[in-house]
Amino acid sequence: MIGTGILQGMAVTARNFIGSYFEKERLTTVQYPEERAPLPENYRNFPFLIYDGNNPHAGLRCVACKICEKECPPQCIYIAKSDDKKPDYMGKPQFYPKIFDIDISVCMSCQICVEVCPFEAIKMDKDFELSQRERFDHLLLRREQLSKSNEYYHRIHPVEAAAVDKNLADAAAVAEAKKKAAAEAAAKAAAAKAAAAAPASLSPS
Amino acid sequence: MGPQHPSTHGVFRMNVALDGEVVRKLKPVFGYLHRNHEKIGENTSYLGSMPYTDRLDYFCSMTNNWAYALSIEKLAGIEVPERAEYLRVILAEITRLQNHASLLGFLLSDMGAWGTPLMYAFREREKILDLFESLAGSRMMCDYMRFGGCRLDASEEWLARAKQIIDRFPKFLDEFEDLILGNEIVIGRTQNVGKLSAELAINAGITGPMLRACGVNYDIRKVDGYGFYPRFTFRIPLGEHGDTYDRLMMRALEMRESVSILQQAFAQIQPGPIVNPKVKLRGFRPPVGEAYGRIEGPKGELGFYLISDGSPNPYRYRVRPPSFINLSILEDLCLGHMVADVMVILGSVDIVMGEVDR
Repeated sequence: MIGTGILQGMAVTARNFIGSYFEKERLTTVQYPEERAPLPENYRNFPFLIYDGNNPHAGLRCVACKICEKECPPQCIYIAKSDDKKPDYMGKPQFYPKIFDIDISVCMSCQICVEVCPFEAIKMDKDFELSQRERFDHLLLRREQLSKSNEYYHRIHPVEAAAVDKNLADAAAVAEAKKKAAAEAAAKAAAAKAAAAAPASLSPS
Repeated sequence: MGPQHPSTHGVFRMNVALDGEVVRKLKPVFGYLHRNHEKIGENTSYLGSMPYTDRLDYFCSMTNNWAYALSIEKLAGIEVPERAEYLRVILAEITRLQNHASLLGFLLSDMGAWGTPLMYAFREREKILDLFESLAGSRMMCDYMRFGGCRLDASEEWLARAKQIIDRFPKFLDEFEDLILGNEIVIGRTQNVGKLSAELAINAGITGPMLRACGVNYDIRKVDGYGFYPRFTFRIPLGEHGDTYDRLMMRALEMRESVSILQQAFAQIQPGPIVNPKVKLRGFRPPVGEAYGRIEGPKGELGFYLISDGSPNPYRYRVRPPSFINLSILEDLCLGHMVADVMVILGSVDIVMGEVDR
């Protein structure tokens, strides 16, 4: 009979309408500024730079190797290397970025910079409320705006940050062990040298 | 008609010559969303093109990633670990579900059923986009696959959640079919509208659900057997008349088959590595040669053709977008129909302008 299909459709609509008062599954709207859906751990938006400790300059992990600048598909990163060096988290003297700019009006949040960074220095932020009143200058983030602490990183990506910290600690431990072994070997060599030299110095007397 | 028209799915323009309300001539005008995608691909590294492929068909970034990764894997002879292949099948089929669901919603809203069907479809799509977001970090621009595997591993909780959502999906399909497929207005607007003969479809290179709606049994998942598709049992739904109603039904039936593939994949997937450790993503230089990788995307045959001269950038990078080629016969479908039918036919072709104009 003509019209039964329409009535069947109406029944579905009615079921959804009435159901939306009782079932959470049928009413999925979130009233955004007042309530917020939780962001998943892996959510990514724009990159930021990580620093260890309290000093954004001294603790900055970036060593201005420019790999991310080269690999960035839309070319939104600009880095200028420093003239002097500062010690990194393992105490090795490294360059640091004198200028590190990311144009977030160009960035497409692909996280290739994060994937290629060998120093775990650049990570993805979760802040998405970034509207600005100026189109150009305010969307070009400078190093000072990009630098965020490791604690902040732990807050937004707890699982990933813990893994990164463990990797860095392991690498530091390996480097430390190597240094120790090298120092011991050097000490041993020096001792052997001294021992070898000792009889020679003793023999004439 | 267009380009600023809500039913043209973006910025698509048609020069239509009318006799009263009957279409006598129709000429599509493309290019309002041209972004130089192929030229950018020739100037970017192989890895750097991957996020750009998300922006082709922005509804189905996962299948775009897969097609591009597949062509590079063919070019360089890269093996993909087992778990990564399963993850790819799962994500591609989930993408097909959300693409077809939103297509049905859009098609209905083109017919004048504003709001309700589209909102029901988007409610389902939202759950799938949440899955993508929790796995790949972004709802639509996933940038998830890499040549030689996938970027991040799916946790057990993620798989369990995905399985739960897919298990409930047939309920949505039943409801949606109750809502629209028996509706006399939908039948009146779609049956015998925009008829496409199998001969013309084959000659014009039409692929995907649009070709199968004409009764041609051609699905690259079966023909090529790429990925792990030969391991799954699924059927290819076929239409008979090639009209808009068949194209609409084709999507509804394909979604059921996708659900069955997904349930098999969730049962078969095993823990393991997801990346081929031999592949160097940064500074990747494939050997000199050329390759064409194609997959059955939700809209049809999606292919990437790459020529490598041994440098870090491809010498030639070409996309075979299904919606562009499916759109090329729009005039043949629309001639003799009313203006209002043009929107319905265009909706049933399933285009995304990001892919048509590139």
